[in-house]
Amino acid sequence: MPMTQRLLILLFAAPIVAIILSLALRRSRVAEYATVAAAIVDLVVSVPLLLEALHGRFVFAHAYVQVDTLAAWVIVCISIVYTLASIYAVGYMRLLNEEPRLPVFYALFSGFAATMLAACVMNNVGVFWIAIELTTLISTFLVGFEQEAESTEAAWKYIVVVSGGISLALLGTVFFYWGGTFVLGPSYAMTWSALHHAAPAVYPPLLLVSFLLVLVGYGTKAGLAPMHTWLPDAHSESPAPVSAMLSGALLNTSMLGIARFLGVVNGTSVAQFAHSAVVALGIFSFVIATLFIVRQTGIKRLMAYSSVEHIGVIALGLGFGGILGVAGSLYHMLNHSLNKSLMFFGSGNAMRAYGTKEISGIRRVLRVFPVSGTLWLLGAVGIAGAPPFALFLSEFTILRAGIGGRYRWAALIFVLFLIIVFIGFLAHFRAMYFDQAPKEEKVPLPWPVWRTLPMWLAFIPLVVLGLWWPHGLWSIFTQISSELIGGAQ
Amino acid sequence: MFLAHVNPLQASIFSSLAILSLLLTFVMLGSHWLRNYVYAFAVQSWLIAALSASVGYFAGYSELYVIAALTALFRGLILPYLLMRIIGRLNVKRELHAVLQPSSSLVVGAFLVMFAFVISNHMNRQPPPAAHVVILALTIMLSMKFLGFLMLSVRDEAVSQILGLLVLENGIFLGSQILVPGMPLLIEIVILFDLLIVVACFGMLVRFLVVHAGTTSSRELNRLVG
Repeated sequence: MPMTQRLLILLFAAPIVAIILSLALRRSRVAEYATVAAAIVDLVVSVPLLLEALHGRFVFAHAYVQVDTLAAWVIVCISIVYTLASIYAVGYMRLLNEEPRLPVFYALFSGFAATMLAACVMNNVGVFWIAIELTTLISTFLVGFEQEAESTEAAWKYIVVVSGGISLALLGTVFFYWGGTFVLGPSYAMTWSALHHAAPAVYPPLLLVSFLLVLVGYGTKAGLAPMHTWLPDAHSESPAPVSAMLSGALLNTSMLGIARFLGVVNGTSVAQFAHSAVVALGIFSFVIATLFIVRQTGIKRLMAYSSVEHIGVIALGLGFGGILGVAGSLYHMLNHSLNKSLMFFGSGNAMRAYGTKEISGIRRVLRVFPVSGTLWLLGAVGIAGAPPFALFLSEFTILRAGIGGRYRWAALIFVLFLIIVFIGFLAHFRAMYFDQAPKEEKVPLPWPVWRTLPMWLAFIPLVVLGLWWPHGLWSIFTQISSELIGGAQ
Repeated sequence: MFLAHVNPLQASIFSSLAILSLLLTFVMLGSHWLRNYVYAFAVQSWLIAALSASVGYFAGYSELYVIAALTALFRGLILPYLLMRIIGRLNVKRELHAVLQPSSSLVVGAFLVMFAFVISNHMNRQPPPAAHVVILALTIMLSMKFLGFLMLSVRDEAVSQILGLLVLENGIFLGSQILVPGMPLLIEIVILFDLLIVVACFGMLVRFLVVHAGTTSSRELNRLVG
């Protein structure tokens, strides 16, 4: 059996074993540790998987499964978030007094991770759509896990808006298939490479409508404005580890779909229009998110809008295109996964300690959380895009791609709003850290190690990657962008 | 591609089935009563099953018979049954606060169909006679999308929203039988199953909504804004 196949089996076996253990034994402690173990296995497996993928694309199971560099890269990002979030979940979920339902929570949690990992390696465009739909179904129950009026409302909005949006992607997929039938005959396997092969011969208006439908569909799932309306609700009402998974892993998985479809239309006559559409959505998301960040009152909604902002940045990178743009947005995926997890963990801590979701109720964080509070503050500086943290490097790269390319106007708007977001975001943190303290003393929360450890694990790579862009990563990005731009998939 | 050699009889069978399904969407749009929506949806699904079977017969895709049977079973029987059960439990019989009156939503719907027709006209490159069927199929796919989104946005009841989503997908099913009858069987079957799961999830969510938010009307879901 080839190495890649073995790694892949291990990648999926780990969460599945965790799910079975959680459901069969019904012990919360077992479920916790099984989930953490499964996540660590996935993280350990994902790195050699990426290295194997560098040697060439690997296809098996009747071409339904493929591992290319792009898939392997997103798998690494997902595994990182899965690991961090499952460690944090151990310390966080015990605070919720939902002990009997915890095994179900962990089973859903691993199931959510497994469906996202599965979506990455799907080679058939239709099956990819199904995998994305499955992520929605599973995560709905995670969003509504706390079963309060707000979280139920968020779960309902989430599933209605996202299923509606994703059905547009299905229509787009059918249109892509239809376009392909003129070249490849009435029945063919709808793989990414088959579509790419057929795309140049498809009637351009048809190709364009198909691409726009797919972009809006997966853009809904990715949280690009103006289809982002579910995102602040779902991210703010779900338990903090789930928010981290939604933001750091799910959004990347949907962006993978958009990146692949951009790869399909690259080299056709509509390629330029497609890129402009992605840039327009990216800029719009960035601007909308900035405006909501500036006047936000809820702490987790602040983080959620920051996700809309950063998914906009990733879309901008893909839209700008070229090696710089693609590399920047892939680097941004990783950095955003790390940094946003850190931010959600911090806000989870604050929410539990102060018993409120309002920013105005959280004051003098450092008195309650001397260590994790410091990490949270530094993370906030990082996510606002300041050096020496990693997001600065990736945003700077995307900016260079924009300035040097066709979309200089977009790059200028990007710079302007980066400054606004920096001021707006950090103003909230200044208030939370340095404004007058409330009267009563806060009791420290139990199990702090489980909640602080993943924050360190997210923070250290952020600093390292911010100071030093490893050469190995650069060669990975070059390979992915040549796959996407040259379409040699 | 079999549409290139479509004969007038086949074309008229496909067209009439497709147009009837579109009319049923208007029935849903023009009614207040939740039960009517479900009946219209069930009949629409049976029409789609008939369409799959006739495309399978004329174009020689025997696997479309399987799809037809599954469509009739899942979308024509099981899904309407589940929806009826939800309606029975909720004790909600009709939409109380429509944002748009049924009559005005019919007019808006008619404009959306025209818009869909304009787009479809631009997307087609086939010469006649295939063009007639192709444009009709595209128009119906797109207009059922638009009408589904219209229902989602002007109706408040949870059940109407589920039905709106199902209409969104019915349009795709209907058009894809005509345009791409050769689309791999596996995908269509999995999508059918997927729908069942979707409705099961919705059923559970509706229960949550009643218990925890105290309402099934999205009008009341206004705690999260900004």
